[in-house]
Amino acid sequence: MTGGERRDLATGLAFISPWIIGFLAFCAYPVASSVWFSFCDYSVLSPAVPIGAQNYIDLANDEVFWTALWNTLFFSAVAIPLGILVALALAILLNFDIPGRGVFRTIFFLPSLVPMVCLAVLWQWLLNGEVGLLNNVLNVPLEALNALLGTSLAAPNWLADARYAKWGLVFTVVWGVGNAVVIFLAGLQDVPRHLYESAEIDGAGFWQKTLHITLPVLSPVIYFNLVMGLIGSFQVFAVPYVMTGGGDGPERSLLFLATYLYQNAFDFWNMGYACAIGVILFLLILACTLVLRSLSERHVHYAGK
Amino acid sequence: MTSPTKQNAGRLLVFAILIVAGVAFVAPLAWMVSTSLKPLNETMSLPPRWIPSEIQWRNYPDAIREMGNFWLYAGNTLLVCVLSVTGTVASSALAAYGFARIEWKGREKVFWILLATMMVPFPVVMVPIYGLFKDLGWIGSFKPLWVPAFFASAFNIFLLRQFFLALPKDISEAARIDGCSEFGIFFRIILPLCKPALLVVALFQFLASWNDFLGPLIFLTEQKDFTLALALQSFQSQQGGTSWHHLMAASTLVLIPVLALFFLTQKSFIEGIATSGGKN
Repeated sequence: MTGGERRDLATGLAFISPWIIGFLAFCAYPVASSVWFSFCDYSVLSPAVPIGAQNYIDLANDEVFWTALWNTLFFSAVAIPLGILVALALAILLNFDIPGRGVFRTIFFLPSLVPMVCLAVLWQWLLNGEVGLLNNVLNVPLEALNALLGTSLAAPNWLADARYAKWGLVFTVVWGVGNAVVIFLAGLQDVPRHLYESAEIDGAGFWQKTLHITLPVLSPVIYFNLVMGLIGSFQVFAVPYVMTGGGDGPERSLLFLATYLYQNAFDFWNMGYACAIGVILFLLILACTLVLRSLSERHVHYAGK
Repeated sequence: MTSPTKQNAGRLLVFAILIVAGVAFVAPLAWMVSTSLKPLNETMSLPPRWIPSEIQWRNYPDAIREMGNFWLYAGNTLLVCVLSVTGTVASSALAAYGFARIEWKGREKVFWILLATMMVPFPVVMVPIYGLFKDLGWIGSFKPLWVPAFFASAFNIFLLRQFFLALPKDISEAARIDGCSEFGIFFRIILPLCKPALLVVALFQFLASWNDFLGPLIFLTEQKDFTLALALQSFQSQQGGTSWHHLMAASTLVLIPVLALFFLTQKSFIEGIATSGGKN
């Protein structure tokens, strides 16, 4: 290393030193000690006692943990694709040359600004089984259908019914999709105009252009939103926690991995067990991200950058 | 080629879908404000009524009174927000400069580590961090909520780096020839050129601190130290879902500053989000 290189290294490290300290204190150290604590009996109040893989064995036999894991996977599998689909559709619609585009963009974006606690309280109210706005809207077509066919369809009592509670949560995700809309819309500006023009000359319609031009060009942005959505929905906590009044919903239908981790850590002071859940949560995110990455290498199209 | 009539029909259809979707997106917020201005009995009326028979403004002062020390919570929240914003803007800008405008051995590898840390969600690390703050005697104080912001955040570094990279190299070279120190170049030349980017990071951090729920939930112990997000949740759990007009008034109050901030800075805001999605 030359003197100049050594000086650059020292300057570079000096500039990033706040991050290095933060990384060690708030990421590397906690991740390492989470792994260590996951093999311990630990309550913060007394020193950790190593107990081998006992926490993991207990987790494997813990029905509540499996419920939380299933709920997290189910919720992610529904909410992430649905959110991306809605965001993509709205962005493509907004990309048309129509009056009031700016107003529409603001309207779709606003809900994503709503603080999570407000959002949870508001949707608890909207999803109310009897007087909630959503069911009052849904009941109009349902009653018409009932009158016509003699059926007795009714909108569910979302958050009070274990079968529908997670769908109630999915609504809140779809409503808050504005961030992704803005990102997609920005990505759409990068689609070269001439591609559309030559496709039109070849007689391609809207769907063909979307499928063969828009989606391939947008694929890096879709990938980005998938990864972000994955990390976000695997750690979902605040909205279901607040919606259920600090609980986990009927028949634990709104118990997620982060909720169960929180309960073990701060309700039962079973910190070692909580860390084991954390380690599994982290490995899940890691595994899914790696799978997405390998998929992206095959399907994501990066314009010659 | 598509005919003009067909094209117009298509645009009309797009417009119609956008109207329907727009109504669906606005309705929840409109319902929140509508409920917040109703007398209690009208919140439950069937079919639902959008315009209250009389607009009941006093729901707002009533909600503030029922929440306890609303203004104290607002002050707490503001304090945490201001400290976090100061900390993250200063530290993230420094680090982003180190990653964007100085070439040093191993930089790309270290940056890769930084990106990987974004995959670690807070719940995974919160137990050891809680233990750390407990050993420091910080539980029940605001310190756990703002001190970490002074040690830069991966996302903000990533965002600022994008902006720093976009500036031509010549600016720094010219200053170096004039004998300006690296910190001088950072502070006197690059930062002033990147004010819009710093504003974006400040905005994002302000919102993140304003909205944060899990942090205050585990680190704050006394009611008098609550932030608005935590106070709203505690108000909701006391109410047990009865006084919806007051709950909606309180929610509206927590939301208003966020919306005000957004409308004041809309342009930078939207650009910042577009950049976070990998534009440039």
